[in-house]
Amino acid sequence: MKTESIYNQPDADGFFGRYGGSFISETLAQAVEELQQAYLFYRDDPHFVVGFQEELADYVGRPSPVYFARRLSEQTGGARIFLKREDLNHTGAHKINNVIGQAMLAQRMGKRRIIAETGAGQHGVATATICARYGLECVIYMGSEDIRRQSPNVQRMELLGATVVPVESGSRTLKDAMNDAIRDWVTNVDDTFYLIGSVAGMHPYPTMVRDFQTVIGKECLLQMPALFKRLGMAKEHPDVVVACVGGGSNAIGIFHPYIEHEAVRLVGVEAAGLGLETGQHAASIQRGSAGVLHGSRSLVLQDDHGQVQHTHSISAGLDYPGVGPEHAWLHEIGRVEYVGATDDEALHAFHLLSRVEGIIPALEASHAVAHAVKLAATLPKEQVILVNLSGRGDKDMDTVMAQTGRDKR
Amino acid sequence: MSRLQATFKRLQREGRKALIPYATAGYPYADITPALMHVLVEAGADVIELGVPFSDPSADGPTIQAASERALQQGVGMPQVLEQVRQFRQSDTTTPVVLMGYANPIERYDQIRQPGAFAADAAAAGVDGVLVVDYPPEVAGDLSAQLRQHGIDLIFLLAQTSTERRIRQVAERASGYVYCVSIKGVTGAKTLDIDQVKATLARIRQHVRIPVGVGFGIRDAHTARQIAQVADAVVIGSWLIESLEGKPAADALAAASDLIRSVRRQLELDVPEQTSSPKAKNAKP
Ligand SMILES: Cc1ncc(COP(=O)(O)O)c(C=O)c1O
Repeated sequence: MKTESIYNQPDADGFFGRYGGSFISETLAQAVEELQQAYLFYRDDPHFVVGFQEELADYVGRPSPVYFARRLSEQTGGARIFLKREDLNHTGAHKINNVIGQAMLAQRMGKRRIIAETGAGQHGVATATICARYGLECVIYMGSEDIRRQSPNVQRMELLGATVVPVESGSRTLKDAMNDAIRDWVTNVDDTFYLIGSVAGMHPYPTMVRDFQTVIGKECLLQMPALFKRLGMAKEHPDVVVACVGGGSNAIGIFHPYIEHEAVRLVGVEAAGLGLETGQHAASIQRGSAGVLHGSRSLVLQDDHGQVQHTHSISAGLDYPGVGPEHAWLHEIGRVEYVGATDDEALHAFHLLSRVEGIIPALEASHAVAHAVKLAATLPKEQVILVNLSGRGDKDMDTVMAQTGRDKR
Repeated sequence: MSRLQATFKRLQREGRKALIPYATAGYPYADITPALMHVLVEAGADVIELGVPFSDPSADGPTIQAASERALQQGVGMPQVLEQVRQFRQSDTTTPVVLMGYANPIERYDQIRQPGAFAADAAAAGVDGVLVVDYPPEVAGDLSAQLRQHGIDLIFLLAQTSTERRIRQVAERASGYVYCVSIKGVTGAKTLDIDQVKATLARIRQHVRIPVGVGFGIRDAHTARQIAQVADAVVIGSWLIESLEGKPAADALAAASDLIRSVRRQLELDVPEQTSSPKAKNAKP
């Protein structure tokens, strides 16, 4: 296949250029090796591949549609904006694609206990959902700060039978939840599968999670030409693909199949929080430096002593001081541009999309929408921007209402 | 001969096992560490492991996490840790000091300064060994070469889950000593199984010819003695750190001294009769 001949990352040790790898303590080495081998085997196993596709179709409701956001596009006066509707997936975000893949792998490896970290709670909900579906024990680590911000998702996880463990260390957010999940894994390594929610972590997670999420981009490759034809547009691919970047899984999922199509601009949108210049953000690619966190080398927000910094974003799912190593690499080789959207821009986009299209986006995805709207205004009408609408915004109602109330006062 | 080699040689001659306390640098107070190190040596420590505080210590349990957080709040990072070692070295030129920590503070040290700066500065401060928890042998090549250039040993971990292939890999690269993790879990956990430790040590010793220490989960003097009967060194971490918690400096130092002394006494029960008394400075009444 053409994709593989041009873009063939990572290497056998999980390195994307100088990023990635497996920086783990010896106590985890055996478990990680076992996982690497199992993944390499099952990824090429036809039963596994077909089983995964069936689950995505029957349980998630894939393929998710691509929708032409006509009124939103008209408002910008420029390029046309299309939305890849990952918000319509079962459980309301792209996270479930990856969760199904890993849970199927866990079953085949004979692991009956699933642990996961979660920030916004979307990955936790997806994991709790699939554990209910497959009859697996489920323990979710979640920072106490995030529990406060995303309480509806905590209730959903518990309803689905998961145990939610509040994490009180460090900044009490996603990165600390990940530390605690790693600690659990080391302790219960025999029967436990660590189901990571993004393209971060040690090899093989960045590759495995990417592979499960590329279903998003692969569908787009098929859907866009058909849609263009219907709309009478002489096009095959969008001109720009935009996605928000927390750990980077929804972004890599939609970007990856387009990497070889070099005319397609790929834009990742990081959380610029209160503004990149304020230091209150989560823009690991734009403001970070190379560092080792959670088992891989990537771009990390850190101080001069190599201590990982606290981040800020209005969206819990983007509030992470690192990023998947493949994004660090794509940034380094210049294939993907990375930009920021602030809390205010994301909030504005949240309201805008709700009002003009009747779609309430997740605050994470609102960052991508915000940038797409800004970009569209600068581009001619013939151009097309495809936005990965990674999730729906029901979970964010409390945050948005609190914020809006504050603005009114 | 390096300080680590000299220490293990002497201990072997005396029929003793190494007692290695682990303390997080800058805990409980930013400037207590050099004094604490001297107290530990006086109480019978043979080697000191100094924990370098890190914001995301994913191999550590609650005790060392909290100590690390506390030290960070007080501004203790790698440069401060090296300065503490330098101060300790002004009046102790024989006790080996091993830094134990995570990759990122080391990589960042070089990133901000220049490649190789950490190894050079650590050597200048008087560091003898470095243990990087999240550097398995596969990725430790560069640091290992830089440290070797300065006569510093890179210490590796092995665990009961380590495969024979991984044990061999470590055996080929390790110097100083090898640190055997006694449990499945993080530091400070309470589930040490002595038979399991024995079995793991036997597997390790088939390939590893240098001293093997055991740590993680040793929280009483009796267990320490049992471990010392089968290993070359005993590491005491979380238990020691807990004894310092919430105490004013003088009391913390006294508590550390009492604890290490109690362990040393237990270990001495297995020292052959004909052996001379412990090194002079340990021989307090
Ligand atoms: C809807 C949604 N989008 C995006 C993200 C960010 O994760 P990633 O960058 O891995 O896609 C999250 C994380 O929770 C999310 O819930």
